Order: sequence, then structure tokens, then C-alpha cells
Amino acid sequence: METVKIHDTTPNDLPWKLRYDANRCTLCGSCVAACSFRAIEAKIERRRMIFSEGDLPDPRARFSAVPVIKQVNSLKNYCRGCGICEKVCPNDAIAPVRNPDTRHPIVTRCSGGDSIKRGGRKNLTGSIRTLDQLRVGRISQMTDPSLDAQRHTFDMLAPFGRILPADELPMTLGSNGKLVSNGHMPPVNSIYPVIIGDMSIGALSWRMWEGVAMAVAYLNEECGLPVRMCSGEGGVPMRLLKSKYLKYMILQIASGHFGWNRILQAMPEMIEDPAGVLIKIGQGAKPGDGGLLQAQKVAEHVMAIRGVPKTDLLSPPNHQGLYSIEESVQKMFLSFNAAFKFRVPVAIKVAASSTSVSVFNNLVRDPYNIVGGFFLDGIDGGTAAAHEVSLDHTGHPIVSKLRDCYLAAVTQGRQGQIPLWAAGGLGKTGDLAADAFKMMCLGANGVFTGKLILQMAGCVGNDQGRCNACNTGLCPAGITSQNPALAHRLDPEQVAENIVNYFLAMDQELKKLMAPIGNSSLPIGRSDALVAMDKSVADRLQVQYVC
Amino acid sequence: MCRIGAIKSKNYTHPSKALLLMQSQQKGHDNSGFAMVMQDLGGIFEGYKHLPTLSMACTDEGLNLAENILHDAGFRRVLQWVPETYPSDDLDIIAMPNYVFETFSFPKSYKNATQEEKEELLLDMRLKMRAALEPDEQGFVYSFWPDVVTLKEIGDPRDIGTFFNLWEADENFTAKVITAQCRQNTNYDIVRYAAHPFFLQGYTGLANGENTFYQKNKEMQAKLHRGYIGFESDSQCFLYSLHYIHRQLKWPLQYFKHVITPLPFHEMNERENAEQLRAIRQSLTHLEINGPNTIIGVLPDNTMFTCCDAKKLRPVVIGQTEDTIAIASEVCGINEILPERDWSTDIYPNEREIVVINEELEVARWKQ
Repeated sequence: METVKIHDTTPNDLPWKLRYDANRCTLCGSCVAACSFRAIEAKIERRRMIFSEGDLPDPRARFSAVPVIKQVNSLKNYCRGCGICEKVCPNDAIAPVRNPDTRHPIVTRCSGGDSIKRGGRKNLTGSIRTLDQLRVGRISQMTDPSLDAQRHTFDMLAPFGRILPADELPMTLGSNGKLVSNGHMPPVNSIYPVIIGDMSIGALSWRMWEGVAMAVAYLNEECGLPVRMCSGEGGVPMRLLKSKYLKYMILQIASGHFGWNRILQAMPEMIEDPAGVLIKIGQGAKPGDGGLLQAQKVAEHVMAIRGVPKTDLLSPPNHQGLYSIEESVQKMFLSFNAAFKFRVPVAIKVAASSTSVSVFNNLVRDPYNIVGGFFLDGIDGGTAAAHEVSLDHTGHPIVSKLRDCYLAAVTQGRQGQIPLWAAGGLGKTGDLAADAFKMMCLGANGVFTGKLILQMAGCVGNDQGRCNACNTGLCPAGITSQNPALAHRLDPEQVAENIVNYFLAMDQELKKLMAPIGNSSLPIGRSDALVAMDKSVADRLQVQYVC
Repeated sequence: MCRIGAIKSKNYTHPSKALLLMQSQQKGHDNSGFAMVMQDLGGIFEGYKHLPTLSMACTDEGLNLAENILHDAGFRRVLQWVPETYPSDDLDIIAMPNYVFETFSFPKSYKNATQEEKEELLLDMRLKMRAALEPDEQGFVYSFWPDVVTLKEIGDPRDIGTFFNLWEADENFTAKVITAQCRQNTNYDIVRYAAHPFFLQGYTGLANGENTFYQKNKEMQAKLHRGYIGFESDSQCFLYSLHYIHRQLKWPLQYFKHVITPLPFHEMNERENAEQLRAIRQSLTHLEINGPNTIIGVLPDNTMFTCCDAKKLRPVVIGQTEDTIAIASEVCGINEILPERDWSTDIYPNEREIVVINEELEVARWKQ
């Protein structure tokens, strides 16, 4: 008999355990081959069987070696619960089961002396989502007829770019009685109010990124929805930079400035301007934690696109040369407005924070009118890799913060001058149209979304700790992996089709929400259309409380 | 649903015409009040066209407060007209003790002042009087402007007419431009200030329907100009937008339509001035309206116009004779006061036009 070795890792210490039925298993090996985490393996078990062959009971024991599938008892190759084994098993012989008694958070830290890193979103579920406590409660009926979502035309475009107050528009009355321009107007692009959020070509597999880009092109060229996609930090393939499809891309620059040497080199050969430039100061899912592209994901093509060959670099948590808001404004002004000769709007993305309103006020009061959008990113979103402690315990919810920024603008009579774009867990329930609509009523000009796009593509992770392995480069769906075998699991055309279909459905649903309040244009700032079923939410957001 | 009406005539017209215009549309209003603005005045006011006339309803104390404010500022009264009233228990009216129509001369210090300086002074005085009379509801100051009188009261329009003896036409109390509405505010509190038409610095506005963008309009307008106050009715927003676009920004009237009901993006982009239209839409997106509305407006030069929301969800009709033009929510109102007109020339404006009537009663239809 063995003595107990209490410090050995066993399946009971891990977040997921296997349900395995040897009787059903045909030992085809599909599950072992498919598990990108190497969390299961084929093993031989010694089995003892008692049998009796004579007329009278004569029990005897026989031992045999039986091949089985077993879980790997390792803190490195542990089961993430992704369920790919279950997906590929022809006989329903294997599946991961959540282990409520897991000791994983403790034993991992104890054994490694390092923080836990993972992908995905915040996994601590708490109270009901704020957005689910709001309803569209103003129903048009008699004095203001509701619209027919199928028959009416709707005008659903959001501004990306700095908007001047009417009395500062560089226009004068011409001799024909019409207003004519007499100066430079900051560039503003009218785009679909849902931007595909910034996920870099290093964070995503190249096939995933290609699928998203294809979807965006299709939505624009074939469906008439001017959806824009943000590149994320890390650059853009040269072929896209020089193509006509660049006009659908918002180029991001973040603290690492990755990819910008290529973008600058491509400028003389660009045949279209990009849709915008987004300067990322912070991100909501893991504020203070920079873009953490792990070494195992920095494949050769990623190094090349980033412009930093043969090394894995971390994008720092902050812009190293940036000390103040004034400087950030200057930096934008000098670098990017000028780089595209003032034809391309430049916006800023920050993590939602208890200080967001101060930051927003500074930008909205900037006398040079150069900040073309305030992208506010809250918790509950996130796609890439980060420290678990950052994901779970830092950050600020988006809803009240977006509202605060909008009301700060209203107080100054500056609403709409810097378009507000919000993100952070929107569409978490799968219904982005409802979340987007409510955020617009609270003051957002539009929303951006990342994690939901991954889920459209086939991401199997969720917010209860399933998979969450975007950091490992071993994404079982091939979405966030640079491993060719894994990336080829993903069909870019299917990704594109899924995204296109989701956007078409969402577009209809947005209209279904605009119709009952009698709106044919976006309901920006129409907080009167919302009611809250929670008093504290109602008070905080300044909407009507109902019960 | 509200019914609104307006008369513009070459001849001085008595307000009984406005009552008749509204009376036949009675089913469409709830008889909760009557209000009218008269501009380009005849009768006893005809000789005082360049001097401001104060229109207010108040208590005795309120009258004192208001007159003292004006006297302290250097205004001197040159004309006072107190309408004879005929109170009776049978009348449905919540009357105020005094109805005051007084014309004043400008302070001596404004002898060489510009028109604009005078206009700012008049607004400041009205706001000051309104604020002073607001506590305890000592009075309601509707307008303080040359060649304009305003009357607003709560009750049944017929009874209000009887109370002021407005059913009987006379030569003393007339105007060439009269705008009227027979309904108090049913969406919000019943207060005198909430009744259309609204007046600000020469601009008059009245509307029917519901302004579904009230919240957005109000939040934006509250910071645009000191005169944009009250918001007792969601229709005040239309007047403030008109005032802002035409007077403050000095943009031609066509742009009022472009601001409140901008062209859809795809149509806008085909216009030769797409760049300007886009900029206007973006900058003034909070002044858009999206609800069912018809608006009637009068500009300081007495130009009258009407336009609808972008979906034409509220009707309006314009009828005319040689010397008079009437605008009403329902054609029955026009039939009442202009029975002899050629009804085949009636205009039912579409959702993309402004119908404009100038001093010579020429009617222009401006396509947006």
C-alpha cells in the first residue's frame, strides 16, 4: 500500500475533471489528438477481474492491461474545460465536468511563485447586470406613433471625429444664400454605431483576423452597413494597408507602437485613408496591465508585422513618454492628425476609471478641437491575455461611467462634440442590440465590442472559467492561436459569415427597439426612453424608476 | 392632439377670427386653455409700433413689482390698455386679477443704442420681471416687445373669448398676424407659460404633436442662450431652435428645416452642399426632432412659415384668399373663416418643405 503524498497534484485539485466511460470508448484517439492543452492522454490501466468457470463457484482473479483515456495531473497541462474532446468523441464517452472543489488558484500560486495568467473576461459573477435592470419603457402610442421596423427607413450612423459647436463651424453665407465653407473642418466619418473592437493580429490567429476583416468588407460592400474594425496594436498586413479596404480599418497605436513603422512606410502607397486612428491609453478589462502577448504567441509573421523581429516584446502598461493630458493631446495632434494631413479623425481609448470624467473634461475643453472620439472601456469585456488578478479585481463598470461623461458634457453644453464610444461586457448575454441601444440612450454615440466577435467566430470560452486560455497560444478553436495546426481548425469564411449574419440580425433588432419609441435616428441621450427597475440604478443614471 | 392655427392678412384682423378658426377644430383639442400672439398691431397700438408692449397677467402686487422694475430701468409708460372683462360664474376660466397691455418708451440712455442692444435689453427686462413675479405666482410675463401682444389663459376657449369679449369684432384690438392654439399643456403641468404660441425676441413658435426629442433638445438648449428657459412645454424647444438658428447663428430659414429634420445621410450625400449639411447635422444633432410635429413660426419681419416632421405624421393645411392666408391643423378651421376661397389651391405641405408667406402674402414652397 502506498503512503499518502498530500502534495501530489490530482484531478480533484484542478478546475475540471473528466467524465470518462471506458465502456463507450472505442479508443479512436480523436480526443487526445484534439486536446490542444495536452490535458488528456492514453494510458494503460491494470484491471482485476474475478471469474468462475466450473459448475460450482470457484472464484479466480485475472489481471489485464486496459487502454484508457486519462486526465493529466499537471498544473501546466491541466484541463480547461473547453469541451473539444466531447465535440470530437463519436460515442459520447468523454466530457469535462466542472470541479467545485478545485484548489487550483492556491496550488498554482504555491507551486510556481508566479501570478496566474489567463484570457477571457472577469470571471467573478456578482449582481444582475445594470443593463438588464433597464428597459425601454417609453412606448409611443397615440400622440407620437410608433414606427414599423420593417417598412420605415432608419438613419443609423454615428460620428467618428471631432464635432464643432455650430457657432464655430467654419462657414459663411454665400451670395446664393447658402452656407459655404471658409476654413478647415475637422474630419468626421459617419459609421455604423457598432465598431469591431481592437483585437490585434498577434492576439488573434491570422485566420481569425482575416475572417473579421472579410466580414467587415462584406458588410460594407454587400450589405450597406458601414461597419468599421479597429486593428488593435500590432500592425496591419501590408497588402491590406495598400488596398481599398483600408478605409474600413481604424488603425490603433498603443504603448508599444507596434506595427507603426510598417504603416508609415506604407503611407505613400495607400490608395485610401484609414477610417480613423485610435490611440489606446488603457483598456478596461485589465487596466494597468499592458497588452500581454505571450512569447508563445509571437510567431514569425507576428514579429514581422509588428516590426520587431525575432523577439517577444511586451506592450507596456502605459505610454512611456506621456505625462499629462495636455501632452497626450499634443501627441495626437502632432503625430497622427498631421501624419494623415488632417483628413483622418484621431480618437482616444481609455479604461473606465473613477477619474474618467476629469480626463474627458480636459479633452472636451481642448481649444484645438482635435480629439475625435472618447472610447471608454469598462470591465466585463476583454479578449486577450492578462493576469487573473487584473481581470477579476481591477477596472470600472462602463454604464455609470459613460453616463457620467455624457452628463458632464451636457452640463457644459458640449454634448456630442467628442463622440462617446463605450465598451466593456456589452452583448455579454448574446444580445448586443439591446445593450447598444440602452448605452446610446444613456449618451453613447456608439459601442465597440471584441469578446462577442470571438464568440461569433466559435470561441468556446465563457465567464465561468471555461477555457480562458487565450494567453497560451493553444486556443482549441484556433481563434487566438498562432499554431498553424490549431489556426487551421478555424474556417475564416465561416467566421466572416457568422459575423455578417450576427450584424444583420443586430441591425434588425436595433430597428425593433427604435420603432416603439418612434425614432428613425439613433436615440443618443434619450434617457427618457429608459426606465429602471432598481431604485439605486435609476437614481445613479438619472432615469425614471418603475416598479 | 393639439390643433394650431395662424392668420396672416393684409388687413388688420380681430382675434375673433382666430377663435373661429380654432372653434371648428374643437374636437381636436380639450378646451383646457386659449393662447394667442398678435403681431403687426392695429387699433390702439398702431401708432406705437417701435415701442415695446408688455403683455402679462398678474395680481396687483405683481403689477407693482413689474412696473417698478421697468421704471427703475428707465422705461416710461406711454400707453396702457386694460381689456374690459366680463366675469361670470358660468364661465370656465381660471382668471388672473389683472391683464396688462402697456407700451413703454425706451430709457433715455438707449437713445443712441443699436437695434441689437435694445433687443437684448428687452429680453433682460422680461426675464427679470418673470423671475420677480415667479414666487407665489404673482404674475406671468408673456412678452415685452414692440408691436406684439400675447394673451394666455386657462379654461374653455369659448368662455375665455366671452370673458375678454373677443367674440365681438372691433377696430381697437387688431393685428395682421395672429397665431393661436386652444389647448393647455396636457403632457406636463397645467401652467400658463406652457401654452403655445411661445414668443422670444421677435420670433413666435407654436406646434402640435409630441416632441419625442424633448429631453435632448432641452439639455442642449439650456446651455445655448439665457432666454431658453422654462421648458414647461416640449414645444418651446421648436421656438428656441428657430431663434438659435435664425437669430444667433444668422443662418437663413431653410437651415431650420435642415437642423430639425435633417436629410437622411444617403440623400444628403448626393447634395452639392453635402459637406455643410453633414457638418450642420453633426453639430446640431441634439436639436433634431424625430416626433410627429407640425410647426408654425413667425419671424421678426412677420414672415410666417410652417413645416412638418420628417415623417409627416401631423397634418397642416394652408388656405388663402386675395388678402388673407390661414394655416390650420384641419381644413374645417379654414373653411370657417375663408369660406369663399378657392379650396383647390389649398396647400398640404409635405415632409420635406417649408411653406413661407412673406409680407405681400406671396406663398413660397421651399424644398429642403
